[in-house]
Formats: sequence, structure tokens, C-alpha cells
Amino acid sequence: MPDGGAPVLDVKGLQTVFRTRSGEVHAVNSVSFQLQPGELLGVVGESGSGKSVTMMSLIGLLPSPPAEVRAGTVTFGGADLLKVREKQLRDIRGARIGFVFQDPMTSLNPVFTVGYQLAEPLRKHMGMDKAAARRRAVELLELVGIPDAARRLDDYPHQFSGGMRQRVMIAIALACEPEVLIADEPTTALDVTIQAQIIELMKELRQRLGMAVIWITHDLGVIAGIADRVMVMYGGQVVEQAPVKDLFATPQHPYTRALLQTVPHVTGARADRLNVIEGQPPVLSAPPRACPFRARCSHAFARCGQQNPPRVPVGPGHDAACFWNPETGAPRDV
Amino acid sequence: MFDAPPKKLVEVSGLKMHFPIHAGLLQRRVGEVRAVDDVSFDIFEGETLGLVGESGCGKSTCGRAILRLYDITAGSIRIDGEEIGQTSQHALRPRRPKMQMVFQDPQASLNPRMSVARIIGEPLDEHTDLSRPQKLERIYELMDAVGLNRNFANRYPHEFSGGQRQRIGIARALALNPKFIVCDEPIAALDVSIQAQVVNLLEDLQDRFGLTYLFISHDLSMVRHIADRVAVMYLGKVAELAPRDALYATPLHPYTQALLSAVPEPDPSIENRRTHIILTGDVPSPANPPQGCNFCTRCPKVMEMCHHLDPVMREVQPGHFVACHLHDPEHAKTAGQTAAPEATKSIQQGD
Ligand SMILES: Nc1ncnc2c1ncn2[C@@H]1O[C@H](COP(=O)(O)OP(=O)(O)OP(=O)(O)O)[C@@H](O)[C@H]1O
Ligand SMILES: Nc1ncnc2c1ncn2[C@@H]1O[C@H](COP(=O)(O)OP(=O)(O)OP(=O)(O)O)[C@@H](O)[C@H]1O
Ligand SMILES: [Mg+2]
Ligand SMILES: [Mg+2]
Repeated sequence: MPDGGAPVLDVKGLQTVFRTRSGEVHAVNSVSFQLQPGELLGVVGESGSGKSVTMMSLIGLLPSPPAEVRAGTVTFGGADLLKVREKQLRDIRGARIGFVFQDPMTSLNPVFTVGYQLAEPLRKHMGMDKAAARRRAVELLELVGIPDAARRLDDYPHQFSGGMRQRVMIAIALACEPEVLIADEPTTALDVTIQAQIIELMKELRQRLGMAVIWITHDLGVIAGIADRVMVMYGGQVVEQAPVKDLFATPQHPYTRALLQTVPHVTGARADRLNVIEGQPPVLSAPPRACPFRARCSHAFARCGQQNPPRVPVGPGHDAACFWNPETGAPRDV
Repeated sequence: MFDAPPKKLVEVSGLKMHFPIHAGLLQRRVGEVRAVDDVSFDIFEGETLGLVGESGCGKSTCGRAILRLYDITAGSIRIDGEEIGQTSQHALRPRRPKMQMVFQDPQASLNPRMSVARIIGEPLDEHTDLSRPQKLERIYELMDAVGLNRNFANRYPHEFSGGQRQRIGIARALALNPKFIVCDEPIAALDVSIQAQVVNLLEDLQDRFGLTYLFISHDLSMVRHIADRVAVMYLGKVAELAPRDALYATPLHPYTQALLSAVPEPDPSIENRRTHIILTGDVPSPANPPQGCNFCTRCPKVMEMCHHLDPVMREVQPGHFVACHLHDPEHAKTAGQTAAPEATKSIQQGD
């Protein structure tokens, strides 16, 4: 749980723009957040809201061009990741910040064995010799629940099922015991029974290794089960941020409130009709000068079209970027 | 709800769809994928039957086989009283308008070089001899029905959002006044906020036109919302079939229990109290399914007999069918089990 001390990762005012032939795409606009040691931060938001681009920007994984990180600071281990040299960044990515992406096939190299891909970072960043790295690789595969790990070391990625490949990806990401793990929709491509296995595994590993995790997902159920804190993105911005219980119990931003109402449940009462969020996501061709959600918001009023609402505190550890106050049903006094 | 007994619009019995596996230089037949292996169920007129199960269990193959997009390996398919299981593709043609399909990926299923009007009008060209103005009028009608602005008739698919593209696919499926529509993961490719729009649209159209749906999905929460009855598939077979509320409140098959318990609830106060049944291992290959019950390799309640005896589907409560030895009165006796009440209890605890 967050302890309120120094964050492991501190992102301030991140702005990322893509320059394309048809103009600029302002994918990430002034995004700020902190990650406390050992906490799990869930990130949710509509498709295209900037979740992946935010995380890729802060660890320098976006190809430039077309991407351009225009502003911001990303403080990690006393350095600004947006300013350090490429070599130093590569070392940090290999050892201190781990990643898992949605589709393990695109991030695992099909021509190398799983054992090689596991041992490689151990030799490079942890200075292990071949035999030690191999022993550790077996341990890691066992850690993520791959049966018969020693024998599977010499298999290639395509010889594993989708769920097992995702486990291998997690093992590689954890190899050097990173302080931060960034998982971008790590279970979206998997079946629910396999997703349940991976979530259980992540809970266990987090307790054992104590790392901080950023978990991107569109599945509010997954968030409800694993996150300590949640950040909601819309139109390239953070529109709300809260401890998980508060986000679900007292959501403040109209987008969060609408989102929570559109999803059906497997238990409890069954709604006769689903709530919908009418309209389309915003076009991100310029930096936002107004609230990005106003066109789809049932509470929008004049001010929402004149000014982009700043994030204001609405409760302990809870902030929202909205001029309207759902508690009073009237504009907020900001 | 019904005055007269509901009419069976679709009757599937003993349906098998096996795909041959070829290998070697000479591409000899070395085996087969039993994608659908002896499946039987009915769909009543005006209802939605949900078909759920994990990736590769045979849902799409089942839906496509029922519409005879394949020449099936075995079984009988009756639609509106007419047997089409063995009918030739040529003889099927005049029957096609009655049964349609909506696909998962709206992007891939629409021809990018055709305007929306031509896409929606294509089945009209093929199956009717309406005049041009009549056709255009029908296209506008369909666009209205699915909530697409008529002014967009001459635009191309790439100019639409995912949700709008799915509406185009639905309008095309409706063009010939079908009775039965197989919806194969119609919302899987859409953002959560758009999914609700498309599901509401499908429900409205069902009410308006008396449509019957087979709704294929791996999203168990959404199926609970849209389906009247639900069939759960595992490795080519139906494990359980029941009215919606019975299936979600008291699932009987250990696979259904695990599947439902694995779906996380979007509410931390509920989610933190739930116990999840975590299945071990992966789904076996349909080219080489296990002996006996096909779930025996992962079943938390597996018994000795499950390894050699394939359970038959039986009706254990009115309308509630399950294929599991735990619910077979004879075997339960010999195994010294009173399984049904126990299974029911454990799920209520899990809630
Ligand atoms: N290479 C690129 N060129 C131009 N625009 C891009 C590029 N990559 C991403 N974008 C745009 O940046 C925005 C944010 O994209 P991002 O991938 O971060 O969304 P996301 O929140 O991760 O969505 P999803 O849930 O679909 O993964 C989108 O509008 C997207 O179209
Ligand atoms: N044309 C084909 N030839 C050979 N095998 C096939 C063919 N179509 C499907 N299969 C196999 O049949 C099995 C069932 O596939 P199907 O697509 O019906 O599953 P599904 O339940 O729809 O899965 P998903 O949820 O991933 O869509 C799979 O093992 C698949 O690989
Ligand atoms: Mg993304
Ligand atoms: Mg399918």
C-alpha cells in the first residue's frame, strides 16, 4: 500500500505529440502522477485515451519520429529519464523497470529459446556467468508456474500456449528484480480462467518481491481486484485519480461515473438496459483548451468549453479534473 | 411470459464439425481437429441463446456450421422446421436470407472499397429484384434502424468509428428480413463504452423485428445481460445449458463454476470477498482431446470414472442440462456422492 513517502516514480507535466502527415496528434497532455514503492496503480480509460503512449514515453520506447516528448520530467532513482543518455536508459529498462505487453508474441523473440531470453538480462545486468544465469532462469520459470521448467528452457516461444507465453514475459520482466513493473493490458488477450491464474500470480509475486506495478487495463473488474489506486485517463489527460475503494464508491468525474455504469456484472442485480456513453472520443489535433469530455457530458456548462479543468483535490488522495460537483449537483467552487 | 408454448426456430442435434489435419510432403491426412463434437440444442423463436466458452472451444465453428458456412461432418440442423444439415450449397441459396451473421471484427468484414450504401445493399442485389429507388429506400430504412445518419450513405468504412462500423455490419445482416442471426463476438473489438450502444441496438432490433439470436461471446457479464438461456462449451462439447438466471446463480458443471468465478466483478467491495476457483493448466488440444470427460484434466472435482467415461447431457432441473458425472444419479450413488446440493452450496459461499 502507498506509504506517502518518496515515490519510486514521479511524472510531472508529460506531453507527447505525434507528427503525422495529416497533422499533429496530441496523445498525452500534461500528465502527472506518482508511484509509491510497492503499490499497484491501475490505469483505465477509453481506447485511444493515451494509456500506452504515456507509459512508453516515460521509458523512451516510442520511435521518434513520429513521436516527440515535448515537455515533462520523469524522476526515477534521482535522475530524469527524459534527459538521461540512451545507454543508461537501456540499462534501467533492462534491470530496474520491467515491462509486460498485451501480446507476448510481439515482444518475445521467436528465434531465441526462452532460456536464452531469460538468461541474457541476468548476464548483462546482474553479471552472472552462464551456469548461474541458467539456474536462475529455471527458478524464474518455476516462480511464474511453468511446469517442468528445466526442460522447457530450451523451447522456443511458439512452443508455449498464450497463457504460458504471458508467464514467460512476466518471468523475463522480473528477472532482474525491478523496482517498477509496467504491465500494459497483460491479460487482455487471455481467457478468463488463464487471466485469473496470472492475476493470482501477480498478487503473490508482489508480496514476495515488493515491487511497484503500473497495470493498464480496460477491465474494471481486474482493477477492482488488484489495484491499490486507480488513474482514469480520457483524451490524453488524467481526469480522475483515487484509492480503488473511493473510485468505485464515490467517483467524481462524469466520465468515470458513466464508465462504471456501462459495464454489466456477473453477480448481483441485472440491469434491464445498459447505460451508454453517447458520442465519440475527442479528436486530439491540438492541445486541449477546454474539457475533452464536454461534448459527451450531461453536466457540461459554459465554463467547460472555455477552460480545461485542472485536477482539484476532492477527497483524501482523490482528485478530479471537473468543474461540476456531483455531491452538490452544482458547479464546483474552483 | 409466453401464452402459447414457444416455438423452436433452430434445432441442432448431434452436430459435428471435424477439420482434417494434413501433414508431410504429400499432405496426407494424419488426424482431425474435433472443433465441434456432438452438440445438440434448440433456440426458441424470439430468444437469445448465449454461447460462451474459452478461446478455441468451438463457438465460432458451431455458429458457422449452423448457418451451413461449412459442409458439416455429421448431425441435423433444422431452421424454421426445415432440415438443412445435408442440403447442398446450391439448394441453400434461396434459404440464406432467413439466416444471417454479424462478425467480430467490423474492420475486416467490410469491403474498404465499397460505400456504406453498397455494402448494406449488396444482399439486396443478390437476393431481390428491387428497383434502384426501392433499394435506396430500403438502405435508408436500414440505416435509420441501426442509428446511422442517412447522409453518410456514400462514405467508406474507414471514415467510421468501430461502433459505427459494427452498425453497418448489422444493417447489412438485417437487409433481407432474417429470422435468425448468429452474432459472433459482435462487441469484442469495441471499446467498453461503445459495447453498451451496440448491445442495446441488438436488443431493440430483436424487439422490433422478432429476431432470434445465437450470441457468441467470451464476455460472461455481457452474456448475462443479453441472453435468455446460455450454453457453455468446452473443447467442442456443451458442458452445461440453462436459463440465464439459473446458470449464473447455481452453475452445476465444475467448468461453469470455475469460469464464472474467474470473471472479476467491477466492484472492490464484492471482489475482495469473492473466492476464485483457479484452474490449473491449459485447455487440451481439440486434435487430441482427453479420454473420458474432456474436462477431466483440469477439473477440481475429478473422480476415477471421469477418466474413462464420457458423461452424457441430462436435464437435472427443468430446462437445466449438464454433462457431468457428479450430476448423474446412478454414478453419484456408486461414488457415494450427493453432488448437486453440495455444488450449489459452494457457489453460494463464493458469491
Ligand atoms: N504512431 C502513432 N502515430 C500517430 N498517432 C498515434 C501513434 N500511436 C498512437 N497514436 C495516437 O495516440 C493516442 C493515444 O494512443 P494510446 O495507444 O496511448 O491509447 P490507449 O489508451 O493505450 O488505447 P488502447 O486502450 O486502445 O490501447 C491515440 O489517439 C492514438 O491514435
Ligand atoms: N478451418 C479450420 N481448419 C482447421 N481447424 C480449424 C478451422 N477453424 C477452426 N479450427 C479449429 O477448431 C477449433 C475451434 O475453433 P473456433 O474458432 O470455433 O473456436 P472459438 O470458440 O470461436 O474460439 P475464439 O474464442 O478464439 O474465437 C480450434 O482449435 C481451431 O483452431
Ligand atoms: Mg494501449
Ligand atoms: Mg470465435
